[in-house]
Amino acid sequence: MNMDCPIPENEFEKILLAHGSGGSLTGKLIQDIFIKSFNNDLLAKEHDGAVFNIDGKKLAFTTDSFVVNPIFFPGGNIGELAVYGTVNDLAMCGAKPLYLSASFIIEEGFEMETLQQIVASMKTAADKCNVQIITGDTKVVEKGKGDKIFINTSGIGIVPDEVDLSPSNVKEGDKIILSGTIADHGIAVLSARENLAFQSEIKSDTAPLNDLVEVMLKVSKNIHVLRDPTRGGLAASLNEIASKAAAGIIIHQDKIKLKNEVKAACELLGLDPLYIANEGKLICFVTPDDAEKLLIEMRKNSLAKNSEIIGEVVNEYKGKVVLKTLIGTKRILDLHTVEQLPRIC
Amino acid sequence: MCLAIPGKVQKIIDEKSSPKMAEVNFDGVIKHVCVDFIPDIKVGEYVMVHVGFALNKVDEKEALNQLKAISTAEDIIRKKMK
Amino acid sequence: MKFLDEYRDAEKVKILVDQIQSLNIPPINIMEVCGSQTHTILKYNLEELLPANINLIHGPGCPVCVTPIGMIDKAISLAQKKDVIFTSYGDMLRIPGSKNSLMKVKASGADVRMIYSPLDAIRLAKENPDKKIIFFAIGFETTAPANAASILTAKKTKLTNFFVLSSQVLIPPAVQSLLDSDLIKLNALLAPGHVCTVTGTKWCGEISNHYKIPITVTGFEPVDILEGILISAKQILSNEHDTVNQYKRVVTKDGNLKAQETIYSVFEICHRNWRGLGEIKNSGLRIRNEFSHFDAEKNFEINSVTTNEDERCIAGEILQGLKKPNDCKLFSKDCTPTKPVGAPMVSSEGACAAYFNYRKVNELV
Repeated sequence: MNMDCPIPENEFEKILLAHGSGGSLTGKLIQDIFIKSFNNDLLAKEHDGAVFNIDGKKLAFTTDSFVVNPIFFPGGNIGELAVYGTVNDLAMCGAKPLYLSASFIIEEGFEMETLQQIVASMKTAADKCNVQIITGDTKVVEKGKGDKIFINTSGIGIVPDEVDLSPSNVKEGDKIILSGTIADHGIAVLSARENLAFQSEIKSDTAPLNDLVEVMLKVSKNIHVLRDPTRGGLAASLNEIASKAAAGIIIHQDKIKLKNEVKAACELLGLDPLYIANEGKLICFVTPDDAEKLLIEMRKNSLAKNSEIIGEVVNEYKGKVVLKTLIGTKRILDLHTVEQLPRIC
Repeated sequence: MCLAIPGKVQKIIDEKSSPKMAEVNFDGVIKHVCVDFIPDIKVGEYVMVHVGFALNKVDEKEALNQLKAISTAEDIIRKKMK
Repeated sequence: MKFLDEYRDAEKVKILVDQIQSLNIPPINIMEVCGSQTHTILKYNLEELLPANINLIHGPGCPVCVTPIGMIDKAISLAQKKDVIFTSYGDMLRIPGSKNSLMKVKASGADVRMIYSPLDAIRLAKENPDKKIIFFAIGFETTAPANAASILTAKKTKLTNFFVLSSQVLIPPAVQSLLDSDLIKLNALLAPGHVCTVTGTKWCGEISNHYKIPITVTGFEPVDILEGILISAKQILSNEHDTVNQYKRVVTKDGNLKAQETIYSVFEICHRNWRGLGEIKNSGLRIRNEFSHFDAEKNFEINSVTTNEDERCIAGEILQGLKKPNDCKLFSKDCTPTKPVGAPMVSSEGACAAYFNYRKVNELV
């Protein structure tokens, strides 16, 4: 019997929290463990979802697990997050979302009433996105073996024939549009954690982006790629695209909008908002000719009224993101390797 | 070292409590901050806050003078260049 | 934000840079003592704006980086004790000890909690009477008053389950020891603005007099640091060596007397080991005897741990400004924030972390 492990030895013996932070360790885990083992062309594209043909129909399929703490936070809860997150992943593939599945891993002792609340808000969220939750699963684990509730959702949608969104389409000169303020979700969740207690009006931006994307795809046939900068923030999504497209990206810090109180919370905790999660924003790479008209249309949508062109694809810095700082200097905007911790220094 | 951020005192929670705490507003984010080290603190003043403690007031006059001096230096440079 | 945005203003930056560029500066070394200043310099890439003759040298001002490895091992050992909730500022959690870090023992089940303020640790002690709360009190003069206040509050509220592991250090003796060492020629110092908020500026005056070196007490935003550099450069050119306060909006000559009084009512000065630098006389704070029932080192048995520093790490030389992070063979190869060999790679204000996170465009290969 062959006892050799088929998976190459990893640098780390154990999974660290940073492996799930959306930074460079997450990328390494996906590359070294999952892609290497599952090894197929669709997976290798590393999009938010996979796009493939079945009997001449172009479909998008995606999955996501939600483990947020606390499960209720200003502006939302784990249930609607689980619906919108998967709907948005489908939308980023250019798909019209149709059906979702929902799996629940619940810790023994969890309040029935809370579960009902979460499920009710999932139903409301699904109605809002025009999708149906058509299959699911429930598991209960012993007390202490899980943290209250984890939800996994998968989703399927139809991609119009003419739509083709992929980092490989990105071209020099492309403009990069960001659909609004950043870091709202991550900071809203942090603000709800007991040990960092502060009061603010900060709310998560969790929202479904499928309608916005539908409008955008109608306005421009020259959208090259869409991404929702969730875990790892704007910096992670831009780096992912730069690296997949082998393109250089310049981002102008003065164009990136932050709500006052989100900025203040970041200053207070010593966190960089470029690395903080969003749940209702997207970035769009589009040809320069179409950028202005797309921006005007996007701003008409209440979820994207603060849209702004924040940068462009250039001929230098292949595979990297360069930040033009507030004072006009340049530096590389890298992936973070570890999750940011609130700090005093 | 020592991340400290300016915020505006909007309320002294209890004059007599120990430690003396105040509500400090950082552009819409409100935190309870210990103001024991600044006995004469008043509502409306700005303080520099580090690990939940106000270390000193922020002197608005000094700040304005400093910023004005930098801008004046620009005028001098411009005149020189003329 | 008021008092922050004005100091990140591109126009003011340009005015200061024009003035610096207009000076005919010979090659000079300016050390920014504080790690937060190092971070602003790298995060905004201020070096792109400065004449090549100005060499910025990064100082030892990162309390997390200089905490001796033995102290981190002690913290880790305490965190693993039964019925203990170990509380620490977030900065300290990833710092490597001999074998472990607080983050790793947390992953293995120890109750380690990140707190924002020492008062959070006090609250935890009140809420968990059946647990022992240990607070890892690190920091410079900026943090020492808050750490001291937590002990005074614990005493006043008669807490018996609150303990402090003190590893606090003082900036003036460290600066003096650097200036005494002769290993590096410094032409000017940017003194740490928030330390001086507490201490005042007298010690700076004494040092600038004694060592004939200009000192500028400097803030933390790009405009502050560039103005600090401008003031330093002018003094160097005119052969002056005074202490100038650039950070007047916050720092006064006497500092915060009440905060100083609080520090020394609870702590007394002791010799202290600095990670990478060795022992510096009178550079630490320990808990006074009358508060010994709050002293974690005196109330818990701490198994003697053999401390083990990785010999390849050049953190000591980096903290003294003798080398820059990218001079290290391990930098970004064997030593990264996820697999740190030395503390400056993981401390949020460590010089190595700043070089790793904020690379310059010309460093692209």
